[in-house]
Amino acid sequence: MTGEVVLGLFVPAHPHPLLCPEKSPGWARLREAYEQARMIIEESEAELILVYSTLWTSIIGHQFQGLKEPEWVHVDHDFHYLGSMPYKFHIDTDFAEELSNSAKSRGLESRVVSYHGFPIDTGTVVALSLLNPDNNLPAGICSSNMYSNRAETIVLGKSANDAIKKSGKKVAVVVVSSLSNRMFTDKIKPHEEKIHSQKDDEWNRKILEFLDEGRLEDVSQLSREIHQQIRVQKVVAFKPMWWLAGVMGQHNNFAGKVHAYESVHGAGCAVASLIPKIDEVGDKEYDEDDVETYHGDRNVLDTIISEEENNDFESSNEPLDEKEEFSESGTFSTSRAPKPVGAYPHARKVGDLLYLSGVGPRQPKSNAIPGGPVKDATGKNLDYNMKAQTIACIENIKTILEDSGSSLEDVVDVTSFLINMDRDFADYNSIYADYFGEIRPTRTTLEINALPTPIAVEMKVIAKIKY
Amino acid sequence: MSGGRIVAGLLAPHPPHLVYAENPPQNEPKAECGWETLRWGYERLRKQLENIDYDVIVILSPHWQTYIGTHFLGLNNFKSLSVDPIFPNLFRYHYDINIDVELAKMIHDEAESDGLSVRMMENPDFRVDYGTITSCHLTNPNWDKPIVSISSNRSVHYYSVEVMQEMMIKLGEATRKAIWKSGKKAVVISSNSLSHRHFVNESEVPEDMSKEHITNHSQYLWDMKMINMMKNGKTKELIEMMPEFTEQTVAETDGGALTWMLSSLNYPTYPATIHEYGTIIGTGNAIAAWDTNDEKRKIEGVSSK
Ligand SMILES: [Fe+2]
Repeated sequence: MTGEVVLGLFVPAHPHPLLCPEKSPGWARLREAYEQARMIIEESEAELILVYSTLWTSIIGHQFQGLKEPEWVHVDHDFHYLGSMPYKFHIDTDFAEELSNSAKSRGLESRVVSYHGFPIDTGTVVALSLLNPDNNLPAGICSSNMYSNRAETIVLGKSANDAIKKSGKKVAVVVVSSLSNRMFTDKIKPHEEKIHSQKDDEWNRKILEFLDEGRLEDVSQLSREIHQQIRVQKVVAFKPMWWLAGVMGQHNNFAGKVHAYESVHGAGCAVASLIPKIDEVGDKEYDEDDVETYHGDRNVLDTIISEEENNDFESSNEPLDEKEEFSESGTFSTSRAPKPVGAYPHARKVGDLLYLSGVGPRQPKSNAIPGGPVKDATGKNLDYNMKAQTIACIENIKTILEDSGSSLEDVVDVTSFLINMDRDFADYNSIYADYFGEIRPTRTTLEINALPTPIAVEMKVIAKIKY
Repeated sequence: MSGGRIVAGLLAPHPPHLVYAENPPQNEPKAECGWETLRWGYERLRKQLENIDYDVIVILSPHWQTYIGTHFLGLNNFKSLSVDPIFPNLFRYHYDINIDVELAKMIHDEAESDGLSVRMMENPDFRVDYGTITSCHLTNPNWDKPIVSISSNRSVHYYSVEVMQEMMIKLGEATRKAIWKSGKKAVVISSNSLSHRHFVNESEVPEDMSKEHITNHSQYLWDMKMINMMKNGKTKELIEMMPEFTEQTVAETDGGALTWMLSSLNYPTYPATIHEYGTIIGTGNAIAAWDTNDEKRKIEGVSSK
């Protein structure tokens, strides 16, 4: 059975509702709302609780808590005078691994951290302590990368959804964050509690109006504007709604409810719930492109040479005409063809025939795509030259064939995959004719949804072996 | 009592990598080697401090971040395990730190009477931040002097680097006055790196020195600009340059430690000793010391109010 998200929650990060709700009526109402949220989790029959706290900022990629029973007495950096927060959580460690693997397979840098004493952030401690006090549900905790922006955060959310599906479990997802996050910079008395400014208050109410109507995607799309208007500027964007939309589905069909809205030391704090509506189709809408896989580096930083580029650089010192040998099982790969993107050889010999894996136009050393990629790092469609891609694709095939004792002339069968038959067939067909017109292998051409790298064509051939 | 003074000001960066590479018994992970030149720089700093008589270390670290005022550790001892949230694989350090609460309270009071928002931190379960631990360990691995630990107020997030500087200059003055009143000899430490653009992935062997270099050339130029000002006693100019430097190199100086330290020294016009400069995951790190006891380097004591 595939797992699913049965409930989404938005909850505040400050320790006041946990440590001293009695000191202010607003904090007490937040505590009550937390209690309502706990009961909604119970009713949802969730089997796992997944927390994304904006207070756990990671820097080296995305991190997932992987210690089975993290235990500590936590104290907040600012609100230490309100008391200590002892905790012992139960982490689903398999799920943590799955979260990390899913993130990796969508192009994100990620790791599981499992160290005794690893500092779990105030937001996560508050949320798990109040929503899952007896550890009835195992938990997952994921970090919020300091540099990740919209594309990366949405992809992270989607990868969490992949992991949830794989887990086969019903999952309640929780984002821990303030709305407006400007606090009073001086001490205030509990009875002086109010939202820092009227403008912050008005924006908070607008966001909550949307959430109350279940319009998650709309709030997600407003995130940049929200950051501009009511967030303390600096590096970290307002990203919890991107993550939540990524994991819950980018649409507005939720039964939403706001359970409380109060201030804590001036910041906007709310408890809201979103329950997916079952029998409605999504109406997802975008003002920006949707992203499935993360390709880019976090460009606030200058890139360094990645491992892979590094290896390419080193291997480019090797003589290019050096030919590789067939393995005992008959497989063959060559450094003169594009590096495989999975666990497969370039070719495999069976009897007198040579079967090639699908070959695209990527260049062996640089990974560049002649004619240009079909998409950019954020998933945006680009214009590309189909003729150039087809030439590069057939040239790669030619290289593999020649290095493994065959040639284009020996090709007996071709299967071609195009991502856009209407747009590209004519260009593909004319280049194909230039190369194979005389040779006349059998051919099949198919249109498919996507290829693993941003290319428009891939071809798979079978050829005779000369020697 | 009065007549206390600052005997040295230090710029002492706190990358956990340096503690990791030293393999002290307090740290759980073990290293093969790494960042030797910076560690030798710290060795030279420790040698220099052997000849300086002091009672207490006063340190400000950007990794104890407070939004509501400046906080001071306010209990005599803190003992626990510190795990670096970014590099837990390198730094899991068992600390046992003595605090000079009396001096902490004096700086607190002085800052308060100068109009700053302040608070003493008196929760025994509080975990001391890894920046404080790392800089103190590298400066004084014997831990035989008590410390005063000051939080980093994030006014830079709420307002700007300029507002941060104003507040840190005030806090530096309050620190100087309180130390004078205490009658103690203090070493003040600014715990931060210089340029802070860093790599976003870690090499498989963290101490693989073939991977270590400055993130880019412009960061290096900025670091050299700052270091040259330190070497030439141009600390006022350095403070004026700070907002731009911080912006261009996303530096940890946004936490205010360097501004505070130079203000507490009353902007030395004599040269700092630069013990070393090196990079850690691409960030620029300088170990620098201003010895106020050297001939012609005496800082004027502040007359009591
Ligand atoms: Fe740092």
